[in-house]
Amino acid sequence: MKTERLKTDILIIGGGTAGCYAALTISENSDAKVLICEKAHIKRSGCLAAGVNALNAYIVEGKTPQDYVDYAKKDADNIVREDLLLTMSERLNAVTKRLEQLGLVILKDKNGRYVTRGNRNLKINGENIKPILANAVKKLPNIDVLNRVNITDFFVKNNRINGAFGFGIEDETFYIIEANAVIVATGGAAGLYKPNNPGFSRHKMWYPPFNTGAGYAMGIKAGAEMTTFEMRFIALRCKDTIAPTGTLAQGVGAKQINSLGEVYEEKYGITTSQRVYGTVNENQQGRGPCYLQTEGITAEQDNSLKKAYLNMAPSQTLKWIESGKNPSEQNVEIEGTEPYIVGGHTASGYWVDTKRATTVKGLFAAGDVAGGCPQKYVTGALAEGEIAALSAINFVNENNSVPIDEALIEEHIEEAERFLTDNNSHFTTEQLEEAMQTVMDSYAGGIKTNYRFNEKQLDIADEKIVDILKLSENLYAEDFQELMYIYELRERLIVCRSVIAHLKARKETRWHSFAENLDYPDKDDKNFLKYVNSRYQDGKIRIILRDLVEGGTVYEHSY
Amino acid sequence: MSIAIDKDKCIGCGKCHTVCPGSLIKIGEDKKAFIKYPKDCWGCTSCIKECPVYAIKFYLGADIGGMGTFAHTEKDGYILKWIFEHPNGENSEIEINQKESNKY
Repeated sequence: MKTERLKTDILIIGGGTAGCYAALTISENSDAKVLICEKAHIKRSGCLAAGVNALNAYIVEGKTPQDYVDYAKKDADNIVREDLLLTMSERLNAVTKRLEQLGLVILKDKNGRYVTRGNRNLKINGENIKPILANAVKKLPNIDVLNRVNITDFFVKNNRINGAFGFGIEDETFYIIEANAVIVATGGAAGLYKPNNPGFSRHKMWYPPFNTGAGYAMGIKAGAEMTTFEMRFIALRCKDTIAPTGTLAQGVGAKQINSLGEVYEEKYGITTSQRVYGTVNENQQGRGPCYLQTEGITAEQDNSLKKAYLNMAPSQTLKWIESGKNPSEQNVEIEGTEPYIVGGHTASGYWVDTKRATTVKGLFAAGDVAGGCPQKYVTGALAEGEIAALSAINFVNENNSVPIDEALIEEHIEEAERFLTDNNSHFTTEQLEEAMQTVMDSYAGGIKTNYRFNEKQLDIADEKIVDILKLSENLYAEDFQELMYIYELRERLIVCRSVIAHLKARKETRWHSFAENLDYPDKDDKNFLKYVNSRYQDGKIRIILRDLVEGGTVYEHSY
Repeated sequence: MSIAIDKDKCIGCGKCHTVCPGSLIKIGEDKKAFIKYPKDCWGCTSCIKECPVYAIKFYLGADIGGMGTFAHTEKDGYILKWIFEHPNGENSEIEINQKESNKY
């Protein structure tokens, strides 16, 4: 097998929203050499491939960053890091301005001020947002991009990162990358649970199916502390196309109604999890299906909606066309997705300090992979990319790089080579993926059980996921793309185990649907106004309950 | 949701292969693009926007309401034109000015 050794100052893993912006920030603020490793191609990789409907995190006139903190804190019923939310919120407007300078179209009024949508949103044309970011990165001289290189493991010794291991899926080469600092920006995890349509359209999901939790899994394996994996994200979406509903709700004021035509959202509350829970309940009580009420909107609104969806989720426009009816003629059916782990919407991810430093020295996290700071959306991911980048610059200025342990390199190469040579598995990667999704769906609160679970079920889930992990050791890959699929499956299995452990540890129900434990159906403020954190040590997930970081205080690591 | 690539139109430029965020499109020995893992398509339509000869079209699977309409885009300056080819042989279009923001 071909092996290539590279050396850089700062390695960025994942060339999506946060990763690209981190690279831009480093280039503008230092001479450090940067290498981005991206498993697809940065032009359209990550969450923004099809575009995005709006900038959902912006401090509008008359509001302050603290208002944004308060909103996110309320939505997550207190389980957030206010220090992280505030440091993010303070940067939202500056990164928005920068995006506009790079070429993003943002709607303005005749006085040149941004037109806002509600309290926190800006209207944009986000179809080309990712090519805009990628082009900006391409122009910079001190940034190298390795496309189609899939990173699978960190090199960590004595809790200090010194690089990463991965492989090129096209050049069929193992990469050993030595780096003084690493920014992990691999996004969250999709594909843990059985999706809404598990057949031909299994990948028509909300979150990118190619975000398989690599960053979480690498961190877990390296012993990094993780937080709040039990706060799963379930999106309320247009049925089948899994297209955003916010454009309908906020854009044309469509209300959530049941099949009797009753508006039900007030009955359950309007936080993100309550909107999902309400829809699940209405269906369970025989009042489904549920809809967003678009009937009666104007022809002009029809046209604008069809265009807006083409700019972010073209399948929804195609669905209207296929049905022969415009949104004004039929309400849009809605459903909850399968659960995801995604730190850009909920608080799951690396336990970081305000510098976005993880508990592994030299490793920084930004975007969906970083925990404690929900409701980031695009601009929040940019803000965190910026913070992580500035912290990584400081780090490389103050620390010398450490060579990678040769024994570790051998270990990783041997593991990958084994998948490529030993062909004695009874199962394919696809079969084990299906097995994993079935287990999570049935026993860890998937769509099948209306997102609900009990402890007994969680125990069964963990036992079965461990079995599948064992089976996955014998998988065989014909080529490097299949090798990537094996690693992606194993990443997700590792994340599944952490999700199960976290769901079990929060012995209360703070968020319906997101973490609805039938053994503990009520909220328990006395014992669980806490973060549920974990560390993987000696093959076991150790749970750590941490006190909340209150407003006005900050948490910093002491290594 | 997936895509269909018209081999007769494909010129083998490889742009779709490069851009696919799932690395699902490959170039065959005949130097034509093909989607190797059709069930794994996210439906982002990145490849469709790249194709210089409009050889790639996207469609909804029957399991999510597909009725046989195929869509592709053609770009003229800032105008991104979406063309829908309906099963009855008729076409319809939606034009988007990329300099204009979404209304909602």
